Amino acid sequence: MDKEKRTILIADDDPDYLDQLKFHVENFGFRSITADSQEECERVMMSEKPDLAIFDLMMNNDDSGFILSYKMKKLYPDVPIMIVTAASSVAGINFESENETERSWIKADKYLAKGIRPDQLHREINKLLKI
Amino acid sequence: METLKVLIVDDEAGIRTGIHRVLQNYTVSFPFYEDDFDFEIIDAETGEEAISIIDNDKVDIILLDNKLPGIEGIEVLEYINRMKTDVAVMMITSHASIELAVKATNNGAYNFIPKPFSAQDIKSAIESITKHLFLKRMTQRMKAEAKQVRFKFLSVLSHELKSPINAVEGYLRIMKDKQAGDDIGAYEKMIDRSLTRLDAMRGLIMDMLDFTKIESGTKSRSLVDLDIVEIARLSVDSIYPVAIQKNIKIISDFPENLITKADTGEIEIIFNNLLSNAVKYNKENGTVTFTIHCEKESLFFEVEDTGIGMNEEECSMLFNEFTRIKTDKTKNISGSGLGLSIMKRVIDLNKGKVTVGSKPDAGSRFTVELPL
Repeated sequence: MDKEKRTILIADDDPDYLDQLKFHVENFGFRSITADSQEECERVMMSEKPDLAIFDLMMNNDDSGFILSYKMKKLYPDVPIMIVTAASSVAGINFESENETERSWIKADKYLAKGIRPDQLHREINKLLKI
Repeated sequence: METLKVLIVDDEAGIRTGIHRVLQNYTVSFPFYEDDFDFEIIDAETGEEAISIIDNDKVDIILLDNKLPGIEGIEVLEYINRMKTDVAVMMITSHASIELAVKATNNGAYNFIPKPFSAQDIKSAIESITKHLFLKRMTQRMKAEAKQVRFKFLSVLSHELKSPINAVEGYLRIMKDKQAGDDIGAYEKMIDRSLTRLDAMRGLIMDMLDFTKIESGTKSRSLVDLDIVEIARLSVDSIYPVAIQKNIKIISDFPENLITKADTGEIEIIFNNLLSNAVKYNKENGTVTFTIHCEKESLFFEVEDTGIGMNEEECSMLFNEFTRIKTDKTKNISGSGLGLSIMKRVIDLNKGKVTVGSKPDAGSRFTVELPL
């Protein structure tokens, strides 16, 4: 499938990070739709099915990203999801969605730390979209 | 009413029914706790039976006879100690020896009642054990909560500090690789946004410092005679440039002067927080009314705005650390989420109180009362 036609849904309550993700994703050649809160994202995903979703973890709720992943997978089980977050092991939060048990409840396909470089991000997106 | 489960372990039926009768309508109350305690009683004839009850049921208090047909009371006690069961044990015994007493105490027995005992003996023993249990559980709960609060504070703090770093770093990377091509306007916007984020981060760090100083009790205070009205005027002046951007009118209603003993920095924290919130969360062309007056033994500061207001739930969370009310209306307003909790602590230091009244879409009114 042509890259141009792939749509990536991005949700982040940090306006700058949202802008930057949008900027990169569009630079990679994808189409983007954005949401700046958990509620907004829930509205957006009801009206349009994206090809991939990138969720911030902590938004209105500390686990907004998980809630969104859960709802997303229920609506569209085939859409791959990435969770990006600034939370880290310093705060006692540390998970990799690489192993089976964690994947079963986290519902995201990839977990990334914020501050990831654009080329890494691009690689991860392509991997999930099987490009 | 809170019910505590009491297990009586004694092979003499007479003792068991006796204790039943004494405790069935007995309640214990403490002046420092609003709930009364009453007791639900379970019996066991042997130590073995007692252990099976403890394993399967949540028991709060055990009245334990030592001399039992099978295993002895002290062995039941050792079992409880080994299993780290949260229960208070009182030994009932007619053959109290010092060895038994030492052994029982080492295994965490709370008290002894010698046989024969009166109804009053049982009542006072139960009263004291209830108090002990209640205080012990209260302390455990408070420790767990304090741990939880510290953890939450750290985790939110690290998130709040990392977000601006990530945002600025992201912009710098885009600029470094000239990813926006020769669109100078795009780069300028990124620089502006970076500066805004750095500014907010500095604000958070300053607030953090104030907060930790107050929290750790190392904040130095110098209480001297000051003119509160003069400080209020300075605070109004410093918020003025922000207010005119939204065409907000600030109405001050102060007495000529008002001299009282206070710490300048603390009064500034109170005024600056009240005023900056009243402006930040106000609407275009809104009004802020700032009143200072004295009544009897108290000093009142009142700041009322015509802003977005809050509902009751939002009001109740207002003074917690890092609670920023996140709604569509507030998402573009920046803040550290610490301002009001710092102000609350400063007011506490001054033995004062703060109340808030608010109506969504109509505005909020903060009233601070400080004793003179």
